[in-house]
Amino acid sequence: MSGAATVSPHRRRVLVVRVAIIALVLGLWEAVAASGLLFGDVVPSLVTIGKAVVGVLGSGDFYANLTITATEIGAGLLLGGVSGLAVGILLGANRFLAHAYEALIHYLGPTPKIIFFPVMIMWFGVGSGSKIAMSAVSCFFPIVISAASGMRQIDRVLIRVGLSFRASTWQMIAKIYLPAMRQPVVNGLRLGLGVAIIGTLLAETKLSNKGVGYLIIQAYARFDMPQVYALLIVLFVVSIAANALIGRLGRPRVS
Amino acid sequence: MMVRSFQGSRNGARLFGLATLVAALALIEWLVRIGVINRYVVPLPTQILASIPRIVAEENVLHRFWQTMQEVLWASLLLAVIGIALGALLYRFTILRQACETWVAALAAAPIVLAYPLFLVIFGRSATTIVAIGFAAGLAPVILKTVEGLTATRQVLIDVGRSFRLSAAQQFWKILLPAALPAVFVGLRLGLIFAMINIVGVEFLINFGGLGQLINELAERYDLPGTYGAICFVIATSIVFFACTERLERWLTPGQ
Repeated sequence: MSGAATVSPHRRRVLVVRVAIIALVLGLWEAVAASGLLFGDVVPSLVTIGKAVVGVLGSGDFYANLTITATEIGAGLLLGGVSGLAVGILLGANRFLAHAYEALIHYLGPTPKIIFFPVMIMWFGVGSGSKIAMSAVSCFFPIVISAASGMRQIDRVLIRVGLSFRASTWQMIAKIYLPAMRQPVVNGLRLGLGVAIIGTLLAETKLSNKGVGYLIIQAYARFDMPQVYALLIVLFVVSIAANALIGRLGRPRVS
Repeated sequence: MMVRSFQGSRNGARLFGLATLVAALALIEWLVRIGVINRYVVPLPTQILASIPRIVAEENVLHRFWQTMQEVLWASLLLAVIGIALGALLYRFTILRQACETWVAALAAAPIVLAYPLFLVIFGRSATTIVAIGFAAGLAPVILKTVEGLTATRQVLIDVGRSFRLSAAQQFWKILLPAALPAVFVGLRLGLIFAMINIVGVEFLINFGGLGQLINELAERYDLPGTYGAICFVIATSIVFFACTERLERWLTPGQ
Protein backbone atom coordinates (compact mmCIF):
# COMPACT_ATOMS: atom_id res chain seq x y z
CA MET A 1 0.00 0.00 0.00
CA SER A 2 2.76 2.42 1.02
CA GLY A 3 4.71 1.33 -2.06
CA ALA A 4 1.81 2.29 -4.26
CA ALA A 5 1.49 5.62 -2.42
CA THR A 6 5.18 6.47 -3.00
CA VAL A 7 5.21 5.36 -6.65
CA SER A 8 2.05 7.17 -7.63
CA PRO A 9 3.22 10.80 -7.18
CA HIS A 10 6.43 9.99 -9.02
CA ARG A 11 4.51 8.54 -11.96
CA ARG A 12 2.25 11.56 -11.88
CA ARG A 13 5.30 13.83 -12.12
CA VAL A 14 6.61 11.86 -15.11
CA LEU A 15 3.17 12.18 -16.73
CA VAL A 16 3.15 15.93 -16.07
CA VAL A 17 6.60 16.28 -17.69
CA ARG A 18 5.42 14.27 -20.70
CA VAL A 19 2.28 16.37 -21.11
CA ALA A 20 4.38 19.54 -20.70
CA ILE A 21 6.83 18.43 -23.41
CA ILE A 22 4.01 17.53 -25.81
CA ALA A 23 2.28 20.86 -25.11
CA LEU A 24 5.57 22.74 -25.64
CA VAL A 25 6.26 21.01 -28.97
CA LEU A 26 2.71 21.51 -30.22
CA GLY A 27 2.74 25.14 -29.03
CA LEU A 28 6.06 25.77 -30.81
CA TRP A 29 4.72 24.11 -33.95
CA GLU A 30 1.57 26.27 -33.91
CA ALA A 31 3.65 29.42 -33.26
CA VAL A 32 5.94 28.67 -36.23
CA ALA A 33 2.89 27.90 -38.41
CA ALA A 34 1.27 31.21 -37.47
CA SER A 35 4.49 33.27 -37.73
CA GLY A 36 5.04 32.69 -41.45
CA LEU A 37 8.79 32.29 -40.79
CA LEU A 38 8.97 29.26 -43.06
CA PHE A 39 7.81 29.10 -46.67
CA GLY A 40 3.98 28.90 -46.80
CA ASP A 41 2.44 25.52 -45.93
CA VAL A 42 5.76 23.85 -44.99
CA VAL A 43 4.55 23.91 -41.40
CA PRO A 44 0.73 23.84 -41.59
CA SER A 45 -1.34 24.47 -38.47
CA LEU A 46 -2.26 21.49 -36.29
CA VAL A 47 -5.93 21.91 -37.15
CA THR A 48 -5.13 21.60 -40.86
CA ILE A 49 -3.02 18.47 -40.23
CA GLY A 50 -5.79 17.02 -38.03
CA LYS A 51 -8.33 17.58 -40.80
CA ALA A 52 -5.96 15.94 -43.30
CA VAL A 53 -5.55 12.90 -41.01
CA VAL A 54 -9.35 12.58 -40.78
CA GLY A 55 -9.52 12.95 -44.57
CA VAL A 56 -6.92 10.20 -45.09
CA LEU A 57 -8.66 7.84 -42.65
CA GLY A 58 -12.03 8.47 -44.31
CA SER A 59 -10.77 7.91 -47.84
CA GLY A 60 -11.36 4.62 -49.63
CA ASP A 61 -8.44 5.37 -51.93
CA PHE A 62 -6.07 5.31 -48.94
CA TYR A 63 -7.28 1.87 -47.82
CA ALA A 64 -7.00 0.50 -51.36
CA ASN A 65 -3.38 1.69 -51.55
CA LEU A 66 -2.67 0.54 -47.99
CA THR A 67 -3.91 -2.94 -48.94
CA ILE A 68 -1.50 -3.01 -51.91
CA THR A 69 1.44 -1.90 -49.76
CA ALA A 70 0.54 -4.34 -46.98
CA THR A 71 0.27 -7.19 -49.51
CA GLU A 72 3.70 -6.34 -50.96
CA ILE A 73 5.26 -6.13 -47.49
CA GLY A 74 3.52 -9.33 -46.36
CA ALA A 75 4.59 -11.31 -49.44
CA GLY A 76 8.16 -10.03 -49.10
CA LEU A 77 8.20 -10.85 -45.39
CA LEU A 78 6.97 -14.36 -46.16
CA LEU A 79 9.64 -14.95 -48.84
CA GLY A 80 12.47 -13.25 -46.96
CA GLY A 81 11.32 -14.71 -43.64
CA VAL A 82 11.11 -18.34 -44.76
CA SER A 83 14.40 -18.22 -46.70
CA GLY A 84 16.08 -16.22 -43.90
CA LEU A 85 14.91 -18.71 -41.31
CA ALA A 86 16.15 -21.67 -43.38
CA VAL A 87 19.57 -20.06 -43.98
CA GLY A 88 19.78 -18.98 -40.32
CA ILE A 89 19.04 -22.51 -39.06
CA LEU A 90 21.64 -23.91 -41.47
CA LEU A 91 24.31 -21.40 -40.38
CA GLY A 92 23.45 -21.83 -36.72
CA ALA A 93 23.63 -25.62 -36.92
CA ASN A 94 26.79 -25.91 -39.01
CA ARG A 95 29.95 -24.20 -37.79
CA PHE A 96 31.78 -24.70 -41.09
CA LEU A 97 29.03 -22.97 -43.09
CA ALA A 98 28.85 -20.22 -40.46
CA HIS A 99 32.58 -19.50 -40.88
CA ALA A 100 32.21 -19.66 -44.66
CA TYR A 101 29.25 -17.29 -45.12
CA GLU A 102 28.36 -15.46 -41.92
CA ALA A 103 30.93 -12.67 -42.42
CA LEU A 104 29.38 -11.99 -45.83
CA ILE A 105 25.89 -11.73 -44.32
CA HIS A 106 27.18 -9.68 -41.38
CA TYR A 107 28.65 -7.06 -43.72
CA LEU A 108 25.94 -7.17 -46.41
CA GLY A 109 23.23 -6.77 -43.76
CA PRO A 110 23.73 -3.07 -43.07
CA THR A 111 24.29 -1.93 -46.69
CA PRO A 112 21.52 0.34 -48.01
CA LYS A 113 19.15 -2.11 -49.78
CA ILE A 114 17.46 0.59 -51.86
CA ILE A 115 20.53 0.61 -54.15
CA PHE A 116 19.36 -2.82 -55.42
CA PHE A 117 16.10 -1.32 -56.66
CA PRO A 118 17.29 -0.70 -60.27
CA VAL A 119 18.27 -4.39 -60.42
CA MET A 120 14.90 -5.45 -58.98
CA ILE A 121 13.11 -3.38 -61.63
CA MET A 122 15.11 -5.14 -64.37
CA TRP A 123 14.38 -8.56 -62.90
CA PHE A 124 10.76 -8.17 -61.79
CA GLY A 125 9.42 -5.14 -63.67
CA VAL A 126 7.99 -1.86 -62.39
CA GLY A 127 4.90 -3.45 -60.78
CA SER A 128 4.42 -5.09 -57.40
CA GLY A 129 7.06 -7.77 -58.13
CA SER A 130 9.99 -5.39 -57.66
CA LYS A 131 8.49 -4.05 -54.39
CA ILE A 132 7.96 -7.57 -53.04
CA ALA A 133 11.58 -8.36 -53.95
CA MET A 134 12.75 -5.19 -52.15
CA SER A 135 10.76 -6.21 -49.08
CA ALA A 136 12.18 -9.75 -49.20
CA VAL A 137 15.81 -8.62 -49.66
CA SER A 138 15.45 -6.03 -46.87
CA CYS A 139 14.07 -8.43 -44.27
CA PHE A 140 16.23 -11.44 -45.21
CA PHE A 141 19.42 -10.28 -43.42
CA PRO A 142 18.12 -9.43 -39.92
CA ILE A 143 16.12 -12.68 -39.90
CA VAL A 144 19.16 -14.79 -40.89
CA ILE A 145 21.33 -13.15 -38.23
CA SER A 146 18.68 -13.56 -35.49
CA ALA A 147 17.84 -17.16 -36.48
CA ALA A 148 21.52 -18.18 -36.58
CA SER A 149 22.21 -16.69 -33.14
CA GLY A 150 18.95 -18.18 -31.78
CA MET A 151 19.93 -21.59 -33.10
CA ARG A 152 23.26 -21.40 -31.24
CA GLN A 153 21.49 -20.48 -28.00
CA ILE A 154 19.30 -23.60 -27.96
CA ASP A 155 19.91 -25.75 -24.90
CA ARG A 156 22.01 -28.75 -26.01
CA VAL A 157 19.88 -30.99 -23.78
CA LEU A 158 16.80 -30.26 -25.91
CA ILE A 159 18.70 -31.21 -29.05
CA ARG A 160 19.97 -34.41 -27.43
CA VAL A 161 16.40 -35.29 -26.36
CA GLY A 162 15.22 -34.87 -29.97
CA LEU A 163 18.10 -36.98 -31.27
CA SER A 164 17.53 -39.70 -28.65
CA PHE A 165 13.91 -39.95 -29.89
CA ARG A 166 15.38 -40.36 -33.41
CA ALA A 167 13.46 -37.32 -34.65
CA SER A 168 13.79 -36.65 -38.39
CA THR A 169 15.28 -33.33 -39.61
CA TRP A 170 11.79 -31.87 -40.14
CA GLN A 171 10.65 -33.08 -36.71
CA MET A 172 13.77 -31.54 -35.15
CA ILE A 173 13.00 -28.21 -36.86
CA ALA A 174 9.28 -28.23 -36.04
CA LYS A 175 9.40 -29.72 -32.51
CA ILE A 176 12.78 -28.62 -31.12
CA TYR A 177 14.49 -25.80 -33.01
CA LEU A 178 11.59 -23.46 -33.84
CA PRO A 179 9.84 -23.59 -30.41
CA ALA A 180 13.21 -23.16 -28.62
CA MET A 181 14.26 -20.17 -30.70
CA ARG A 182 10.89 -18.42 -30.80
CA GLN A 183 12.09 -15.23 -29.07
CA PRO A 184 15.13 -14.53 -31.31
CA VAL A 185 13.11 -15.41 -34.41
CA VAL A 186 10.33 -13.02 -33.39
CA ASN A 187 12.94 -10.32 -32.70
CA GLY A 188 14.38 -10.95 -36.16
CA LEU A 189 10.90 -10.72 -37.67
CA ARG A 190 10.30 -7.41 -35.90
CA LEU A 191 13.56 -5.99 -37.22
CA GLY A 192 12.80 -7.52 -40.61
CA LEU A 193 9.32 -5.99 -40.70
CA GLY A 194 10.77 -2.54 -39.95
CA VAL A 195 13.27 -2.68 -42.81
CA ALA A 196 10.75 -4.37 -45.14
CA ILE A 197 8.33 -1.46 -44.59
CA ILE A 198 11.11 1.03 -45.34
CA GLY A 199 12.34 -0.88 -48.41
CA THR A 200 8.87 -1.30 -49.91
CA LEU A 201 7.73 2.26 -49.29
CA LEU A 202 10.96 3.82 -50.57
CA ALA A 203 10.64 1.71 -53.72
CA GLU A 204 7.04 2.94 -54.09
CA THR A 205 8.15 6.55 -53.75
CA LYS A 206 10.86 6.00 -56.38
CA LEU A 207 8.83 4.25 -59.09
CA SER A 208 5.23 3.13 -58.72
CA ASN A 209 1.65 4.03 -59.55
CA LYS A 210 0.06 2.51 -56.46
CA GLY A 211 0.68 2.01 -52.75
CA VAL A 212 1.09 4.38 -49.79
CA GLY A 213 4.61 5.42 -50.93
CA TYR A 214 3.08 6.52 -54.23
CA LEU A 215 0.42 8.52 -52.35
CA ILE A 216 3.15 10.27 -50.31
CA ILE A 217 5.23 11.24 -53.34
CA GLN A 218 2.10 12.38 -55.21
CA ALA A 219 1.10 14.60 -52.28
CA TYR A 220 4.67 15.99 -52.24
CA ALA A 221 4.54 16.64 -56.01
CA ARG A 222 1.26 18.58 -55.55
CA PHE A 223 2.86 20.40 -52.58
CA ASP A 224 -0.05 19.21 -50.45
CA MET A 225 1.95 19.30 -47.22
CA PRO A 226 -0.95 18.61 -44.80
CA GLN A 227 -1.59 15.42 -46.80
CA VAL A 228 2.14 14.47 -46.59
CA TYR A 229 2.12 14.97 -42.80
CA ALA A 230 -1.16 13.07 -42.45
CA LEU A 231 0.06 10.10 -44.49
CA LEU A 232 3.34 9.96 -42.56
CA ILE A 233 1.53 10.10 -39.20
CA VAL A 234 -0.89 7.32 -40.16
CA LEU A 235 1.97 5.27 -41.62
CA PHE A 236 4.09 5.60 -38.47
CA VAL A 237 1.13 4.53 -36.30
CA VAL A 238 0.37 1.52 -38.56
CA SER A 239 4.09 0.51 -38.54
CA ILE A 240 4.31 0.71 -34.74
CA ALA A 241 1.05 -1.28 -34.38
CA ALA A 242 2.27 -4.01 -36.77
CA ASN A 243 5.59 -4.17 -34.92
CA ALA A 244 3.81 -4.47 -31.55
CA LEU A 245 1.57 -7.22 -32.97
CA ILE A 246 4.56 -9.31 -34.03
CA GLY A 247 6.21 -8.59 -30.66
CA ARG A 248 3.21 -10.20 -28.94
CA LEU A 249 3.97 -13.46 -30.72
CA GLY A 250 7.30 -13.65 -28.91
CA ARG A 251 5.83 -13.40 -25.42
CA PRO A 252 5.56 -16.67 -23.55
CA ARG A 253 1.97 -17.87 -23.12
CA VAL A 254 0.66 -17.82 -19.56
CA SER A 255 -1.70 -20.70 -18.92
CA MET B 1 47.98 -27.04 -31.47
CA MET B 2 44.20 -27.26 -31.18
CA VAL B 3 43.91 -23.48 -31.53
CA ARG B 4 46.00 -23.64 -34.68
CA SER B 5 43.87 -26.43 -36.19
CA PHE B 6 40.70 -24.51 -35.29
CA GLN B 7 42.13 -21.40 -36.95
CA GLY B 8 43.10 -23.56 -39.92
CA SER B 9 39.58 -24.95 -40.27
CA ARG B 10 38.19 -21.42 -39.95
CA ASN B 11 40.44 -20.18 -42.75
CA GLY B 12 39.53 -23.26 -44.79
CA ALA B 13 35.83 -22.46 -44.34
CA ARG B 14 36.39 -18.85 -45.40
CA LEU B 15 38.28 -20.05 -48.44
CA PHE B 16 35.42 -22.42 -49.23
CA GLY B 17 32.94 -19.53 -48.94
CA LEU B 18 35.01 -17.42 -51.31
CA ALA B 19 35.41 -20.35 -53.73
CA THR B 20 31.63 -20.98 -53.87
CA LEU B 21 31.09 -17.26 -54.52
CA VAL B 22 33.54 -17.37 -57.44
CA ALA B 23 31.92 -20.62 -58.67
CA ALA B 24 28.45 -18.99 -58.54
CA LEU B 25 29.74 -16.04 -60.59
CA ALA B 26 31.33 -18.47 -63.11
CA LEU B 27 27.99 -20.33 -63.35
CA ILE B 28 26.14 -17.06 -64.00
CA GLU B 29 28.72 -16.14 -66.65
CA TRP B 30 28.13 -19.49 -68.38
CA LEU B 31 24.33 -19.28 -68.12
CA VAL B 32 24.36 -15.75 -69.59
CA ARG B 33 26.70 -16.82 -72.40
CA ILE B 34 24.50 -19.79 -73.43
CA GLY B 35 21.41 -17.58 -73.25
CA VAL B 36 19.61 -19.18 -70.29
CA ILE B 37 19.80 -15.83 -68.47
CA ASN B 38 18.89 -12.79 -70.54
CA ARG B 39 22.00 -10.61 -70.93
CA TYR B 40 19.79 -7.50 -71.12
CA VAL B 41 18.73 -8.22 -67.55
CA VAL B 42 21.90 -9.68 -66.06
CA PRO B 43 25.17 -8.64 -67.73
CA LEU B 44 28.20 -10.93 -67.80
CA PRO B 45 30.11 -10.85 -64.49
CA THR B 46 33.31 -10.23 -66.50
CA GLN B 47 31.60 -7.20 -68.10
CA ILE B 48 30.68 -5.93 -64.64
CA LEU B 49 34.27 -6.37 -63.48
CA ALA B 50 35.55 -4.58 -66.58
CA SER B 51 33.08 -1.72 -66.03
CA ILE B 52 34.51 -0.83 -62.61
CA PRO B 53 37.72 0.87 -63.89
CA ARG B 54 35.60 2.61 -66.55
CA ILE B 55 33.12 4.07 -64.06
CA VAL B 56 35.98 5.02 -61.72
CA ALA B 57 37.60 7.02 -64.55
CA GLU B 58 34.56 8.35 -66.42
CA GLU B 59 32.05 8.91 -63.62
CA ASN B 60 34.45 10.65 -61.27
CA VAL B 61 33.89 8.04 -58.59
CA LEU B 62 36.56 9.36 -56.23
CA HIS B 63 34.91 12.78 -56.18
CA ARG B 64 31.49 11.19 -55.59
CA PHE B 65 32.97 9.02 -52.83
CA TRP B 66 34.38 12.14 -51.19
CA GLN B 67 30.97 13.87 -51.50
CA THR B 68 29.24 10.99 -49.70
CA MET B 69 31.98 10.86 -47.08
CA GLN B 70 31.62 14.62 -46.49
CA GLU B 71 27.90 14.13 -45.84
CA VAL B 72 28.66 11.22 -43.50
CA LEU B 73 31.28 13.33 -41.68
CA TRP B 74 28.88 16.26 -41.21
CA ALA B 75 26.15 13.93 -39.98
CA SER B 76 28.57 12.20 -37.58
CA LEU B 77 29.78 15.55 -36.24
CA LEU B 78 26.19 16.60 -35.55
CA LEU B 79 25.50 13.20 -34.00
CA ALA B 80 28.50 13.46 -31.70
CA VAL B 81 27.77 17.02 -30.56
CA ILE B 82 23.96 16.96 -30.30
CA GLY B 83 23.47 13.25 -29.54
CA ILE B 84 25.94 13.14 -26.65
CA ALA B 85 24.67 16.48 -25.30
CA LEU B 86 21.06 15.24 -25.33
CA GLY B 87 22.15 11.97 -23.70
CA ALA B 88 23.96 13.90 -20.95
CA LEU B 89 20.86 16.07 -20.46
CA LEU B 90 18.63 13.00 -20.03
CA TYR B 91 21.17 11.53 -17.58
CA ARG B 92 21.37 14.77 -15.57
CA PHE B 93 17.59 15.13 -15.17
CA THR B 94 16.18 11.75 -14.15
CA ILE B 95 12.56 12.82 -14.53
CA LEU B 96 13.24 13.98 -18.08
CA ARG B 97 14.88 10.63 -18.85
CA GLN B 98 11.93 8.68 -17.47
CA ALA B 99 9.55 10.82 -19.49
CA CYS B 100 11.47 10.68 -22.79
CA GLU B 101 13.49 7.46 -22.93
CA THR B 102 10.66 5.37 -24.44
CA TRP B 103 10.05 8.10 -27.01
CA VAL B 104 13.71 8.05 -28.02
CA ALA B 105 13.57 4.25 -28.29
CA ALA B 106 10.46 4.58 -30.49
CA LEU B 107 12.36 7.12 -32.63
CA ALA B 108 15.05 4.48 -33.18
CA ALA B 109 12.42 2.14 -34.65
CA ALA B 110 10.58 4.81 -36.66
CA PRO B 111 11.03 4.75 -40.46
CA ILE B 112 12.39 8.33 -40.51
CA VAL B 113 13.79 8.06 -44.04
CA LEU B 114 10.21 7.85 -45.35
CA ALA B 115 9.83 11.50 -44.39
CA TYR B 116 12.40 12.50 -47.01
CA PRO B 117 9.82 14.44 -49.08
CA LEU B 118 9.28 16.57 -45.97
CA PHE B 119 13.02 17.22 -45.61
CA LEU B 120 13.13 18.10 -49.32
CA VAL B 121 10.49 20.78 -48.81
CA ILE B 122 12.25 22.19 -45.74
CA PHE B 123 15.90 22.08 -46.90
CA GLY B 124 15.54 21.82 -50.68
CA ARG B 125 17.21 19.27 -52.97
CA SER B 126 20.63 19.76 -51.43
CA ALA B 127 23.31 18.11 -49.32
CA THR B 128 21.65 19.68 -46.25
CA THR B 129 18.60 17.42 -46.76
CA ILE B 130 20.82 14.34 -47.00
CA VAL B 131 22.85 15.30 -43.91
CA ALA B 132 19.66 16.13 -41.97
CA ILE B 133 18.12 12.72 -42.73
CA GLY B 134 21.38 10.94 -41.87
CA PHE B 135 21.53 12.85 -38.59
CA ALA B 136 17.85 12.19 -37.72
CA ALA B 137 18.24 8.47 -38.50
CA GLY B 138 21.35 8.08 -36.32
CA LEU B 139 20.35 10.27 -33.37
CA ALA B 140 18.41 7.77 -31.23
CA PRO B 141 21.18 5.15 -30.70
CA VAL B 142 23.69 7.87 -29.76
CA ILE B 143 21.33 9.31 -27.12
CA LEU B 144 20.35 5.90 -25.74
CA LYS B 145 23.90 4.58 -25.53
CA THR B 146 25.18 7.82 -23.95
CA VAL B 147 22.50 7.58 -21.24
CA GLU B 148 23.34 3.89 -20.75
CA GLY B 149 27.08 4.59 -20.45
CA LEU B 150 26.67 7.50 -18.04
CA THR B 151 24.18 5.58 -15.88
CA ALA B 152 26.56 2.59 -15.68
CA THR B 153 29.44 4.69 -14.29
CA ARG B 154 30.71 2.98 -11.12
CA GLN B 155 29.60 4.72 -7.94
CA VAL B 156 33.14 4.56 -6.53
CA LEU B 157 34.40 6.77 -9.39
CA ILE B 158 31.65 9.30 -8.76
CA ASP B 159 32.50 9.26 -5.03
CA VAL B 160 36.19 9.86 -5.82
CA GLY B 161 35.15 12.92 -7.83
CA ARG B 162 32.99 14.14 -4.95
CA SER B 163 35.80 13.63 -2.45
CA PHE B 164 37.97 15.91 -4.63
CA ARG B 165 35.10 18.42 -4.58
CA LEU B 166 34.85 18.54 -8.36
CA SER B 167 32.28 20.90 -9.83
CA ALA B 168 29.41 19.41 -11.90
CA ALA B 169 31.26 20.28 -15.13
CA GLN B 170 34.54 18.77 -13.87
CA GLN B 171 32.68 15.69 -12.68
CA PHE B 172 31.24 15.28 -16.19
CA TRP B 173 34.46 15.87 -18.16
CA LYS B 174 36.89 14.09 -15.79
CA ILE B 175 34.81 11.18 -14.44
CA LEU B 176 31.48 10.51 -16.18
CA LEU B 177 32.37 10.99 -19.84
CA PRO B 178 35.66 9.00 -19.76
CA ALA B 179 33.88 6.15 -17.91
CA ALA B 180 31.01 6.19 -20.40
CA LEU B 181 33.21 6.41 -23.53
CA PRO B 182 33.00 2.71 -24.54
CA ALA B 183 29.19 2.79 -24.54
CA VAL B 184 29.15 6.24 -26.16
CA PHE B 185 31.36 4.96 -28.93
CA VAL B 186 29.10 1.93 -29.51
CA GLY B 187 26.20 4.40 -29.89
CA LEU B 188 28.21 6.60 -32.25
CA ARG B 189 29.13 3.58 -34.35
CA LEU B 190 25.48 2.48 -34.59
CA GLY B 191 24.43 6.04 -35.36
CA LEU B 192 27.09 6.31 -38.04
CA ILE B 193 25.93 3.08 -39.68
CA PHE B 194 22.29 4.27 -39.70
CA ALA B 195 23.44 7.64 -41.06
CA MET B 196 25.55 6.05 -43.82
CA ILE B 197 22.70 3.73 -44.93
CA ASN B 198 20.22 6.59 -45.08
CA ILE B 199 22.63 9.01 -46.75
CA VAL B 200 23.39 6.66 -49.67
CA GLY B 201 19.70 5.70 -49.89
CA VAL B 202 18.50 9.30 -50.05
CA GLU B 203 21.22 10.20 -52.57
CA PHE B 204 19.78 7.46 -54.78
CA LEU B 205 16.17 8.51 -54.20
CA ILE B 206 16.58 12.24 -54.85
CA ASN B 207 19.30 11.75 -57.47
CA PHE B 208 21.70 14.12 -55.74
CA GLY B 209 25.14 13.85 -54.16
CA GLY B 210 27.70 11.06 -54.41
CA LEU B 211 27.57 7.28 -54.70
CA GLY B 212 23.77 6.86 -54.47
CA GLN B 213 23.28 9.29 -57.36
CA LEU B 214 25.86 7.40 -59.43
CA ILE B 215 23.75 4.19 -59.31
CA ASN B 216 20.60 6.13 -60.20
CA GLU B 217 22.26 7.89 -63.17
CA LEU B 218 23.75 4.68 -64.58
CA ALA B 219 20.40 2.85 -64.20
CA GLU B 220 18.56 5.70 -65.97
CA ARG B 221 21.08 5.48 -68.84
CA TYR B 222 20.46 1.71 -68.91
CA ASP B 223 24.20 1.12 -68.57
CA LEU B 224 23.71 -2.38 -67.12
CA PRO B 225 27.32 -3.42 -66.40
CA GLY B 226 27.92 0.10 -65.03
CA THR B 227 24.86 -0.11 -62.72
CA TYR B 228 25.90 -3.52 -61.38
CA GLY B 229 29.51 -2.32 -61.09
CA ALA B 230 28.45 0.81 -59.16
CA ILE B 231 26.31 -1.32 -56.80
CA CYS B 232 29.35 -3.57 -56.18
CA PHE B 233 31.45 -0.45 -55.53
CA VAL B 234 28.91 0.89 -52.98
CA ILE B 235 28.71 -2.53 -51.27
CA ALA B 236 32.53 -2.66 -51.08
CA THR B 237 32.61 0.89 -49.67
CA SER B 238 29.99 0.00 -47.05
CA ILE B 239 31.88 -3.16 -46.06
CA VAL B 240 35.16 -1.23 -45.67
CA PHE B 241 33.34 1.48 -43.71
CA PHE B 242 31.67 -0.97 -41.30
CA ALA B 243 34.88 -2.99 -40.88
CA CYS B 244 36.82 0.21 -40.07
CA THR B 245 34.29 1.36 -37.46
CA GLU B 246 34.33 -2.14 -35.96
CA ARG B 247 38.15 -2.11 -35.71
CA LEU B 248 38.09 1.42 -34.28
CA GLU B 249 35.57 0.34 -31.66
CA ARG B 250 37.73 -2.65 -30.66
CA TRP B 251 40.79 -0.40 -30.48
CA LEU B 252 39.01 2.18 -28.32
CA THR B 253 37.43 -0.40 -26.03
CA PRO B 254 40.22 -2.89 -25.28
CA GLY B 255 39.25 -5.85 -23.09
CA GLN B 256 35.51 -5.47 -23.81
